[in-house]
Amino acid sequence: MTGVLDRLGPPTRLVDDVLAGQVRAIARAISQIEDDRAGAQGLLAALHPHTGRAHIIGVTGPPGSGKSSLVNALALHFRRADGERQPKTVGIIAIDPTSPFSGGAILGDRIRMRDLAGDRGVLIRSMASRGSLGGLAWATSDAVKVLDAAGFDLVFVETVGAGQAEVDIARTAHTTIVVEVPGMGDDIQAIKAGILEIADVFAVNKADLEGADHAVMALQMMLDLNTGGAHTVMHHGRLMEAFVAQATRLARPEAHRGAWRPPIFKTVATHREGVGDVANAVLAHRTHLQESGDLAWRERERAASELETIIQQESLREVLSRTDRAEMNSLLDRIVRREVDPYTAARTLLGNH
Amino acid sequence: MTEKKIRVLIAKPGLDGHDRGAKVIARALRDAGMEVIYTGIRQTPEMIAEAALQEDVDVVGMSILSGAHMALFPRVMELLRQNGMDDVLVVVGGIIPDEDMPALRAMGIGGVFGPGTRTDQIVGFIRENVP
Repeated sequence: MTGVLDRLGPPTRLVDDVLAGQVRAIARAISQIEDDRAGAQGLLAALHPHTGRAHIIGVTGPPGSGKSSLVNALALHFRRADGERQPKTVGIIAIDPTSPFSGGAILGDRIRMRDLAGDRGVLIRSMASRGSLGGLAWATSDAVKVLDAAGFDLVFVETVGAGQAEVDIARTAHTTIVVEVPGMGDDIQAIKAGILEIADVFAVNKADLEGADHAVMALQMMLDLNTGGAHTVMHHGRLMEAFVAQATRLARPEAHRGAWRPPIFKTVATHREGVGDVANAVLAHRTHLQESGDLAWRERERAASELETIIQQESLREVLSRTDRAEMNSLLDRIVRREVDPYTAARTLLGNH
Repeated sequence: MTEKKIRVLIAKPGLDGHDRGAKVIARALRDAGMEVIYTGIRQTPEMIAEAALQEDVDVVGMSILSGAHMALFPRVMELLRQNGMDDVLVVVGGIIPDEDMPALRAMGIGGVFGPGTRTDQIVGFIRENVP
């Protein structure tokens, strides 16, 4: 929203407090962005130069697969020093669905993250999807920027968990962890064109249940079939084919091709089993992205897709703001009466300067 | 693109595990279009204040059935104040004797809702009093 405050410039005090890592300011900044309040764009503009340092980790998988528990266990792991590695600060954004009927939501991911309470190196923010599809809320990537600018080393994004089409996370995250559970072996074939293909790391969680080995084997087989192909393409597949990206496309670094095979780990997140392996794989993936040049490539792809989204939003706003309601209603009536088609109607509105 | 939503933290401080009431309220607020952060049972005042801060909520709702309300609510209020969240609307429910109500109101608790309260009363109260 290009409100008055945007034109006046960013709220400097809030920006300073966010950069200083002050929790109240971080929380308020995220609300401001979520509610799209005046000043949100100015705020993001001021934070932008301070972003790009955090490693962003997406966690996705079916409902009930243990995403929150795994994030909880991973965050605990990274909060401890490990050999030479210093503890890392952790920001978490956990998304749950908004009711399509009431617009309300129950955000329950904190229930599984109570071990993290009282640790000032961790900030958890629950977010409702607010009608957005694809597993994230539309404000998610901007909220990630706030946490990034505030200095968190790692930012986890836990998706809604609706399932197969939940691939937006691969655009937002550097490393995507896909959580599976035993007993879905037959379904793996069915969903192989969905979230499985965006995985950089697999966790077969609840591995103390029967069928864990079978699930691991099914994933291995799928990866064997996919070598060098689908993973590369789907990572930024159709959804990434932004017009902006097409216009500016850079060749993906050759070193990336086939160089990273998503590892598969059995975990029991509630008992912290296998969690260290997943954490190490995340760090190894980060190193791989840096060394292969893929990190820079992904950053650019992400910038392209983000720019396109913003252009879409802003041009929609612009059209709506200069179209009066009567004109809009009459166009809609004519579309319904089949007197005009929606494409022509849209062109009419866009050309209405 | 989107409008301001009322964000509510629903928590059960103390040790009693009777969370049916809290869940009914959470669901009612959801159906009224609010975003409800549900944190579950056995929350310490510190956990509640921290969650309220991180989640930037407009309302904190707490339910206690154990009788520990006069010990736990003042602590939560104090921590909210320390975090600069004086403006948050605090509502409580559960088993709370009438004679405790004046003291609770005096410490800044906006609404006290006992057994038998209709959920639409609570929804209405929050809508009218949210900062």
